[in-house]
Amino acid sequence: MSADISTTKEKGGGAYFSYLRKRWFPGGAVHGRWVDYAFIGAFVVAIGIGTLATEIFFTEANIRNLSRQIVSNGLISLGMLIVILTGGIDLSVGSIVALGGVLSAGMSDKVGIGPAILIALFFGAVVGWVNGVFVARFKLQPFIVTLATMGIVRGFVFVYTETPLVSKHPDFRILGASSVGPLPVTMIIMLICFALIWFFLNRTPTGRATVAIGGNKEAVWLAGINVQRTIILAYVLSGLFSALAGAILVSRLGIAQPSLGIAYELDAIAACVIGGAILGGGGGGAIGTFCGVLTLGMINNLLNLHGVQSYYQEIIKGAVILLAVLARRKER
Amino acid sequence: MGVMHAIFSQLQGGEGGFEVYFLSNRMETKEFLMMQGISKSYGGTQALRDVDFSAKSGEVHAIVGENGAGKSTLVKILSGAIQPDTGQILINGTQTEIDSPQFAHRLGIRAVHQHFSLVPHLTVTENILLGDMPTGKLRWWINWPEAHCRAQEIIEQIGFRDIDVRKPVSRLSVSQQQMVEIAKAVEVKPRILIMDEPSAVLSQEELKRLFALIKQLKEKSILILYISHRLNEVFEITDRVTVLKDGALVGTVRIQETDRGDLIKMMVGRTLDEVFPDRHAGSGAEILTLNGLGMEGSFENISFSVAQGEIVGLYGLIGSGRTEVARCIFGAGQPTSGEIRLNGRVVRPKSPRDALKAGIAMLTEDRIRDGLVLFLSIRDNVSLANFQLMSRLGILNRRRQNSLVRSKVQELRIRPPEMDRLVRTLSGGNQQKVVLAKWLLARAKLLILDEPTRGVDVATKQEIYNIIKGLADSGMGILLISSEMPEILGMSDRALVMREGRLVGEFLRQQATEQNLLACAAGVIEKSGGG
Repeated sequence: MSADISTTKEKGGGAYFSYLRKRWFPGGAVHGRWVDYAFIGAFVVAIGIGTLATEIFFTEANIRNLSRQIVSNGLISLGMLIVILTGGIDLSVGSIVALGGVLSAGMSDKVGIGPAILIALFFGAVVGWVNGVFVARFKLQPFIVTLATMGIVRGFVFVYTETPLVSKHPDFRILGASSVGPLPVTMIIMLICFALIWFFLNRTPTGRATVAIGGNKEAVWLAGINVQRTIILAYVLSGLFSALAGAILVSRLGIAQPSLGIAYELDAIAACVIGGAILGGGGGGAIGTFCGVLTLGMINNLLNLHGVQSYYQEIIKGAVILLAVLARRKER
Repeated sequence: MGVMHAIFSQLQGGEGGFEVYFLSNRMETKEFLMMQGISKSYGGTQALRDVDFSAKSGEVHAIVGENGAGKSTLVKILSGAIQPDTGQILINGTQTEIDSPQFAHRLGIRAVHQHFSLVPHLTVTENILLGDMPTGKLRWWINWPEAHCRAQEIIEQIGFRDIDVRKPVSRLSVSQQQMVEIAKAVEVKPRILIMDEPSAVLSQEELKRLFALIKQLKEKSILILYISHRLNEVFEITDRVTVLKDGALVGTVRIQETDRGDLIKMMVGRTLDEVFPDRHAGSGAEILTLNGLGMEGSFENISFSVAQGEIVGLYGLIGSGRTEVARCIFGAGQPTSGEIRLNGRVVRPKSPRDALKAGIAMLTEDRIRDGLVLFLSIRDNVSLANFQLMSRLGILNRRRQNSLVRSKVQELRIRPPEMDRLVRTLSGGNQQKVVLAKWLLARAKLLILDEPTRGVDVATKQEIYNIIKGLADSGMGILLISSEMPEILGMSDRALVMREGRLVGEFLRQQATEQNLLACAAGVIEKSGGG
């Protein structure tokens, strides 16, 4: 199949489209077919439906609300993306969100808010490192490893606190509540993270190696790249972003439930997949994932505005994931 | 439906009937397969242009041409994988539309592909008999003893005795897998058997057995389409040869009425005076020295050296341990005894990363499996081993990356010369050049090339040979591993021969002949001729 030049000839698009593609997706980790950019279409359609369906959608209050809501899923998805690019998956993100949440709330009384968040990030990274070591060094299935740590970390969270924690620190909710102009601070943090990861994946050797590993681990290893370290880094980043998401979420809600973040891995995987990532490696990027997060956020937001029960939301989300995966299934 | 049924029953018709028919008119029999005016285009590219092709039963018919000439497309059309835009196919005089691989199977058309279609974790038996496993009386359970027995029979029938049918396919060597693939195709007693580069992974010994099998199949009036880059094989085994170029038919000739030069001329449209470049070896200090290197279970006591500017050929049959030795030098395998010296200093590379740092690069045997990331661009693939050249403080310098990659793309004449091109859209020869470009940028002192021209067309082969020569002339030491005898003879200053994990022969350029090397590799003589 690969021997034949003509079968895989790039299709579609005019010169400008091709310019944009090369400008923004320089890695070429996309196949140059229309479905690779379908997330842009999905995004536009979602905005269109939103605008038409209700007048409240484009009000400043709702947009601010929406952007606050998508921050945590945005950060988790970003970490998930990196792991998916290496050909893995991280199911433990939801538990790490809870870990980050309870640690940042619980510690802030004792050491102050900044150090508390750093502690949360540190432990998030540690869990990610454990995931990475088991996957990369001991060559275990990412699915099983992170399923196990998902349970273990959730257990630790409940050991730490059985009841919801409320921080007594007076400034605890500042992070989640403040904004610069119309943009919430948390949104700005998320945007910076996306920009950094975009740069990482496209403009650094380690980032390019991350993308390549999902395609051919053996070739990357034989090219003299430290594959183990690169994979471990992916899981560490995922843990780090999840813990940060937890801290931000708790700051917004003002309360740290030990049951926080259950099933968050689904939303994160969904956002990645809607944004063009291919499970098992071989496609996806920061911009696509950003669109995926926004699209998913808008779907939730719209259904909320229309007072649709949350059970229906789950059904619709599941259907959207199936559609996205169907569009991206690898051609044989 | 009626027509289809007619053909079907004709094809299934008793073997005896066929034998009689063909024995009586073996020579003047009409064409069994006719493809007329076949065209196929993908998007804007014309893969086949009005190609006429025909072949007789009981004939071995070679299809040759450079990569991208349209061989694979023709084969895919015949095996039902794709449909032609125009043209018709006649089988035994009846017009037929082969609209799916399933229908092709029912017509008795089988293909042995270059890329295997085996299920790795299932046993050899299951792979051969897949879908046709013998069952017990109530058809509930598989009759394993009988299944193994039948599989064993088939394997022995085709002349490959040394395969344990109870083993999972993933534990077999590449050449053994190839044999299983062949066994699978032969098991159903096809009428047309397509072999796409069957010899690429076979050693000389195994090749002989393959040829014996082909002769045997020919006796049974099976039409065999033999696709190969190796002209030696074409001359040895085939009756007629059809040459394709750029999707069009150049011609079909009887093998007795042509020679190597003519055929190459037909394939490339120009004459290749000499495929191998002239070499005047002037070697310097020793770069690599192996002292009694061994790895349990695969090779032992290997000692040789490679000097600056020297090309050392390493010849051996598949399974002789040559690739394993190379992988040990490159840090992709760990030796259990002996030492590796680089420029006189003992090194022990724990990973390819260590080896690269020490100045050793290696082009691996299977570019798709361990040389390329197919969905990434030429730029990314060439950069992969060379990030330290093109980045500072962990950030890529795009300008430098582009200029380095562009220089290699131009130097090696990679086509098309677009750095953003995904590697999977390139032809085999150009893919190999991308891998080569990656290792050239790494500026190694020692370059190990494991089958550098496998599955590459003649013209590209010559280009690659010239590049290798250029590298040696510039002082690089080169260890060239190949199972193609002419390549070893034509390129190396010194030829080493390995057999069953041991170094059994060493020949200087003047002493090395095809007979010498083969005899050595097959265990007929043992000789150490060089210094």
